[in-house]
Amino acid sequence: MGLFGSEKKVLDGTKEGREDPVQIRVRELRKSYGEHEVLRGVDLDIWRGEINIIIGGSGAGKSVFTRQLLRLESPDSGQILVDGLDIVPLNDWELVPTRRKFGMVFQFGALFDSMTVFDNCAFPLREHTDMSRKEIHDRVMQRLSDFRVADAAHKLPGQISGGMQKRSALARALVLEPEVLVYDEPTSGLDPISSRRVDELIRETADKFGVTSLIITHDMASVFEIGDRVSMLYQGRIEESSTPDAILRTENEVVIDFLRASGVSTAGSEERASQ
Amino acid sequence: MAEAAEQTPEEQQPEQPGWGKAALEALAWLFAWPIAFVAEVGFMARLVYETFMWGIRPPYRFRLVIEHIEFLGVQSIFIVGLSGIFVGGVFSLQLVDGFRQFGAENQVGAVIGLALSRELAPVFSALMITSRAGSAMATEIASMRVTNQIDALTTMSVNPIQFLIVPRVIAATIATPIMALLAFMVGLVGAYVVGVFLMGIDGGIFVERVKWFVDTSDVGQGLVKSAVFGAALTMVACRQGFYASGGAAGVGQATNRAVVQASVAVLVLDYVLTAVILGQGVGV
Repeated sequence: MGLFGSEKKVLDGTKEGREDPVQIRVRELRKSYGEHEVLRGVDLDIWRGEINIIIGGSGAGKSVFTRQLLRLESPDSGQILVDGLDIVPLNDWELVPTRRKFGMVFQFGALFDSMTVFDNCAFPLREHTDMSRKEIHDRVMQRLSDFRVADAAHKLPGQISGGMQKRSALARALVLEPEVLVYDEPTSGLDPISSRRVDELIRETADKFGVTSLIITHDMASVFEIGDRVSMLYQGRIEESSTPDAILRTENEVVIDFLRASGVSTAGSEERASQ
Repeated sequence: MAEAAEQTPEEQQPEQPGWGKAALEALAWLFAWPIAFVAEVGFMARLVYETFMWGIRPPYRFRLVIEHIEFLGVQSIFIVGLSGIFVGGVFSLQLVDGFRQFGAENQVGAVIGLALSRELAPVFSALMITSRAGSAMATEIASMRVTNQIDALTTMSVNPIQFLIVPRVIAATIATPIMALLAFMVGLVGAYVVGVFLMGIDGGIFVERVKWFVDTSDVGQGLVKSAVFGAALTMVACRQGFYASGGAAGVGQATNRAVVQASVAVLVLDYVLTAVILGQGVGV
């Protein structure tokens, strides 16, 4: 019991939770907008240090799920356990330690257009650390160099290409050294070569910084290129969750249909074709 | 089932009498606007409360406040000055012409001084700031909303209300009265030039009447109103931008609503504040 009899909340997760190979557990997560129920009880494990991918068609609830996971919105019910701490009942103030564990790479970068690339990357450091100007400069330039955008440091986001914006957004997301990186449709709108480059970047980032990655996508090439775990969201529920190899042997009709429509042949689809 | 299928439409009982449904629809139509208005007021009250609560919590972003004062105030000097000089000029023109009909043109300075300090300068400067800076604020914040920049702030544990709204409200509360003071002084100059040089009234009497009738309390009244107008127009503009949705079209709609609602808010608040300050005109 804490001061005045109130129990002090541990806002950084529990010891057991931090040692658990599953960093984030989502249980029975529900979210509706008016009459329309988008998430209908999502159960999902996000594994520590691995690249976890969520696939699903348009309208499956992928973006809504991401918004709940980052607590950009409040779920109607369910649990989101991050390192053992349920973040669903927490307020904005209490969410600060958890949010600092996350880095988010938005679909179109979401760089602040009134700031240069350098200032975008320096922003989280200026907000959350006591680092000196030189330390901030060195850290930011190091990250920008890691992602080959150091030359664009003093340009505004509107003055650089879409690919450079994505790399700059990745640099910004990593500058505070988060434990979890969430990517929203990272290859959406890119040509196949650029998409594979982004995939390589995600793999390199995961390996180099040891972060847990969560990718929301419907790009099946990414799943088999870099994914360690893949889960399919369908009509507001997780339809199947396994490794990319195992999903090729699935007998789940919904997953087979989705994979086949994406140009991926599975054992199940071949069996159905032979019948 | 078979029996029901055999019933003709005339024999089937309607779920609700026709007149009842029509009455419900009429009531819904009748109350839709008042309900939306009350909901909007409640929404705004909550945003004001959150802005206040985040405003008193550290970190305090003085640099952002200064930047917004520069944008709201310094960059509005020309437009506020220009409108002030013409408002003063045209008011002088009308008053001299009107007062001459009963030989009271000597009172023009007094009336203009009081009207400018209490009403015209605060209201016109607030409307000018609304059209110039309020629309820009709504557009900027709405663009940030539809391009996920506000979500990006949240994911970085930076409260967007504290970062985007609080500094703007503080800046507007400081800058708008300064602009009103500018409009008052420039308006007096405009009125003097038109009244004395173009309409031929006595310059010395004009100045004496202003000095005699216009007290610091009159100017103070205008400044207090300006501060409230500044806070209100900024809250309205930020509210519209902050909760914008629907891409580029949504940004345009947010800007449009921000300018209309902020202008109306300034005029409504003007009456309310004047009634409160004068202690009259509220019917009690």
